[in-house]
Amino acid sequence: MVEFSGIKEIIKPENLVYKKTNIMTENILSYCPGCGHGTAHRILAEIIDEEGLQSEAIGVSPVGCSVFLYYYLDIDWQEAAHGRAPAVATAIKRLFPEKFVFTYQGDGDLAAIGTAETIHACNRGENILIIFINNGIYGMTGGQMAPTTLPGMKSSTSPYGRDVKTMGYPLKMTDIVASLPGSYYVTRQSVHTPANVKKTKKAIRKAVNYQKLNKGTCLIEIVSNCPSGWKMTPVQSNKWMEENMFPYYPLGDLKTPEE
Amino acid sequence: MEKELRLMKGNEAVAEAAIRAGVDGYFGYPITPQTEIIEYLMEANPAGTTGMIVLQAESEVAAINMVYGGAGCGKKVMTSSSSPGISLKQEGISYIAGAELPCLIVNVVRGGPGLGTIQPAQSDYFQSTKGGGHGDYHLIVLAPASVQEMADFVDLSFELAFKYRNPVMMLSDGAIGQMMEKVYLKPHKERSKTSPDWATTGKPTTRERNIITSLDLDSNRQELFNIKLLAKYDEIREKEVRFEEFQCEDAEYLLVAYGTSARVCQKSVQLAREQGIKAGLLRPITLFPFPTKRINELAGKVKGMLSVEMSAGQMIEDVLLSVNGKVPVYHFGRMGGIVTTPEEVVESLKSKFIGG
Repeated sequence: MVEFSGIKEIIKPENLVYKKTNIMTENILSYCPGCGHGTAHRILAEIIDEEGLQSEAIGVSPVGCSVFLYYYLDIDWQEAAHGRAPAVATAIKRLFPEKFVFTYQGDGDLAAIGTAETIHACNRGENILIIFINNGIYGMTGGQMAPTTLPGMKSSTSPYGRDVKTMGYPLKMTDIVASLPGSYYVTRQSVHTPANVKKTKKAIRKAVNYQKLNKGTCLIEIVSNCPSGWKMTPVQSNKWMEENMFPYYPLGDLKTPEE
Repeated sequence: MEKELRLMKGNEAVAEAAIRAGVDGYFGYPITPQTEIIEYLMEANPAGTTGMIVLQAESEVAAINMVYGGAGCGKKVMTSSSSPGISLKQEGISYIAGAELPCLIVNVVRGGPGLGTIQPAQSDYFQSTKGGGHGDYHLIVLAPASVQEMADFVDLSFELAFKYRNPVMMLSDGAIGQMMEKVYLKPHKERSKTSPDWATTGKPTTRERNIITSLDLDSNRQELFNIKLLAKYDEIREKEVRFEEFQCEDAEYLLVAYGTSARVCQKSVQLAREQGIKAGLLRPITLFPFPTKRINELAGKVKGMLSVEMSAGQMIEDVLLSVNGKVPVYHFGRMGGIVTTPEEVVESLKSKFIGG
């Protein structure tokens, strides 16, 4: 075993600069190395902790890579059927209007099978937060084409690249949601650099406050990477995301409240 | 407090009974012949009185998932639909059964398959009593035969649903849903201000987090869960069988019928007896659990049984299993939305058992 010289001198409370957020459980994350989910979870957990929302929060987890989100954040959870999280969250929030209710969904869940639930919950202006992880692929089932897969992008069900003539175009669900009168705050962010992490965290905090004020649906899209599904290293995947995903899904606010 | 007497449709009676039972939320989507339920609730606007939430969803699929969400909060929530809409809800119902959530699903059955008709039928017996969605599960299924029972079974459904943490289906049909009868309404019950300890209410520091899910990737744990469900269904079979007998004491031939068919058969028993045929009627009130034991007992006393259903013969399978070969069992019923007449039932009884 390698003995690090002076390690005991370094591990001291006064030197602590980073620690596990209280809201994160001890469970080991099931995500692939370099995946954005872990960072997104961490930010969400930090907000819940910092805003004192543990006893207020009820989360709805999706079907997809983040299906076991309820293992990782120490709050009450409901695990929804594929795509139905906004419907589940609708009822929770209507019955418990004082609670902080959010969904966390991937692109297959939110923009394919759950299209109707997403659009109608946002159109009713349900007072919930939807966190939407868009990595342009079905990660959990092993890299199939998603509604958000880019034109020409290869996946196991578009092995020659997505041919938009037969497979349709990538769906910009966040743009659709922004066009609905019921949505209040709609933004597209990422978590691949410290600066972007800060921006995303700020966006979530804003959405939490809007929900307290009963403003309507807030949707935060996080454009993310999928090293395994894209068959790249984490570093390559982040570079590819910047060069290919961001031009199609530009970061920034799509709908901001007039304040 | 004195009960209130009203003249109402079955569908309206369910809606009014739901408000009075202290239901917390109704989530539905219009479909004939049950749309009066959501119309009545929207007009009554209970949000302003009891605080009950009434929401028209974008689809039956969304509605049943709203029920999942509300039930997961430990609230008394319900939905209603008719056959094609119930097919759409089956995915959600399977998740609700898998997460062991209490709720009420009202099915005002119409003829099928497909879009079928909008007239009354009983062709949803299989999809109600045998699971309906994927996986091994059962609903508790109550079959009202009157407007009064449609009202009364709302309360009973929630009592059973919460007792067993299991979804309950009220299996009505287009005739009972649409017909008007007098109904005694129960006094208003307060909505519960608390939720059961398993519900998602926001995690206080005093307990572990609550998770509502039907997922377990570990086969051994999933099997243990299946075994737990089976034990629950066995307990339900043991304790919750409900049925009604009509002139069975000296019966030589037994009609078995539920809902609208049971009303028809009551008249058939009378007509048959006028012709010297000793007929009786057993009306299952719970279709799951089925009155298997009682039908088996009666099989030792009668010469044969006729399962009368407005379907191609679905409940007959449970009658056959109950009789276990002791006496012959036949099916009679009209389909396509046609209500069987009492005379047709007597003719069928005669042709199958007596000849001529």
